Amino acid sequence: MFAQSNKRILYQQRMRQLTTLIRHEIRLLFISPPVYIAAVTFLMLMGFIYWAILRGLSIEPQDLSANVQFFSLFWLPVFFLVPLLTMRSLAAEKNNATLEALFSTPVPKIFIVLSKFFSAYFLYITLWSLTVFFPFLGDSLLANKLSEQSLMNFAELIGGLTFIAISGLLFISIGIFTSSLTRSQLVAAMLSFTLLFIFCIGAQQLEYASYNYISTNSFFYDAIQHINVFRHLEDFSLGILDTRPFIFYLSATWLFLSLTLSNIESKS
Amino acid sequence: MDKPVSISVNNLSRRFGKVWAIKNISFDIHKGEIVGFLGPNGAGKSTTMRILGGLQNGHTGFASVCGLSVAENSIGIKRKIGFMQENNPLPEELRVSEYLKLRAELKEIPASKLSEEVRRVMDLCDLFRTARRKIVRTLSKGFKQRVGIADALIGNPDIIILDEPTIGLDPHQIQGIRTLIDSLRGTHTVLISSHILSEIEKSCDRVIILNNGRLVAMGTKSELRESFIPENQLSITIKGDSNELIHSFESAQLKLELADTIDVEDGIQELRFKRTNKTQDMSPILKASYSLNNCQILGINFIKPDLESIFLAATKRSWEDVRSK
Repeated sequence: MFAQSNKRILYQQRMRQLTTLIRHEIRLLFISPPVYIAAVTFLMLMGFIYWAILRGLSIEPQDLSANVQFFSLFWLPVFFLVPLLTMRSLAAEKNNATLEALFSTPVPKIFIVLSKFFSAYFLYITLWSLTVFFPFLGDSLLANKLSEQSLMNFAELIGGLTFIAISGLLFISIGIFTSSLTRSQLVAAMLSFTLLFIFCIGAQQLEYASYNYISTNSFFYDAIQHINVFRHLEDFSLGILDTRPFIFYLSATWLFLSLTLSNIESKS
Repeated sequence: MDKPVSISVNNLSRRFGKVWAIKNISFDIHKGEIVGFLGPNGAGKSTTMRILGGLQNGHTGFASVCGLSVAENSIGIKRKIGFMQENNPLPEELRVSEYLKLRAELKEIPASKLSEEVRRVMDLCDLFRTARRKIVRTLSKGFKQRVGIADALIGNPDIIILDEPTIGLDPHQIQGIRTLIDSLRGTHTVLISSHILSEIEKSCDRVIILNNGRLVAMGTKSELRESFIPENQLSITIKGDSNELIHSFESAQLKLELADTIDVEDGIQELRFKRTNKTQDMSPILKASYSLNNCQILGINFIKPDLESIFLAATKRSWEDVRSK
């Protein structure tokens, strides 16, 4: 009974430490100028992209709906948004030695990594969530001109946002991992961009290339398809919620967060 | 000493690449003691402190804090220790009160006592009236040091480790921190490193001296004096011919050896003699100087070696040991 009560108190203390750290990290993000630059740039870019898609639709009918086209360009903001949101997280703290100050408190190191991860992920999702207003605005303002195209297709919207949410876990964990490798924010951002580029574009190009040279029934081809994010997006856009991408993104996220933790621990 | 051991270090070693930062260091610190940690740059002080604070692992040996193994229970020992790191890294964007509140939450202070605890440490370090609303970036070096010390005091830990707490402070601030450290005597175990030897000399019960990663001396100031500089010095301030004084001492067969001559001002010199005889009796010296013609004695003083001399002697001897090996 006594041991159980102690465990409960310890658990409550741990959860309090984690929430304190996440709150602190979110606060730091909101008082950080690069975050505002990233947010404004992201919303302007996404607004422009959505406007361009609507303009294309108003000129001539297209195979893909506005929402599917919009979410298929997810990689464009990811390449700059994720590095900007995550480059500071561990690199700057290492450079200022404030990370060590955090380590001097009775907080498990994994909590420090998780707090950085969740705060960046929170902001990432918040920014993407704001893009939901684009279809609403488009639908209310351009209802007459785009009468044949439905901007408010909820299956596409939910599927697209689910993909953004689940893939965002991996992208942010890659950013956090690269931030743990160096003391320089610039180097962290460049590493993050490179890894994201290899992961998003590399897998797609590898699939194209292997299509001509490898049997489509081979394990290798299946494996490439399995990690190709654009394949996942296709399924999600059609409203298909397959469990395999979930498992893939969650396990890859766990892998990168574990690598981040072991990288931090190896320094001591 | 019958007080319980707060910090125990046994044959602790740590290397970075091929270089041993510390090698086979052993010492005990008892509850309530204030211990000074001395050594030249690169001696291994910060490494030892970081290992004790759970920030780094040792490669060999054993260290425990309040009976808990540092290697096996790093979270547990962090509950027992308030640690102020060298250079005192602080998040520049936060206000002082916000930062201390965050630290208190991370140090598991109950929510109901949070404000009270933050207020207590701010009062102790004289931050509440002067700097609680200030952003850390705008603080002077002295105030930043105080914030670091306030952080180390949060939660009233059993052991307080302060790595160079007085660096960059003005004499008033140093005195304030010395008073603060003095107030912890008996109730808290304090391990403090500093390059300001006079501060260590005034504040600490015991001193540990490291050099080149090895422990070269440990003990109270008088124990270290006995060990490293057994002879006392006699200082005689004179005006006139110093040779006449030296000849008169030789004639009187006083066992005094001239160690140093210091020009104080025009015509006034301070002569320092080594003396193996520890008696405080000055009458033989006075008798010998009775018949001086061209030399006036302005003052006679016995000098006990200060911590700086002991430190220099201890580190010099250890270097000589290394060279001879």
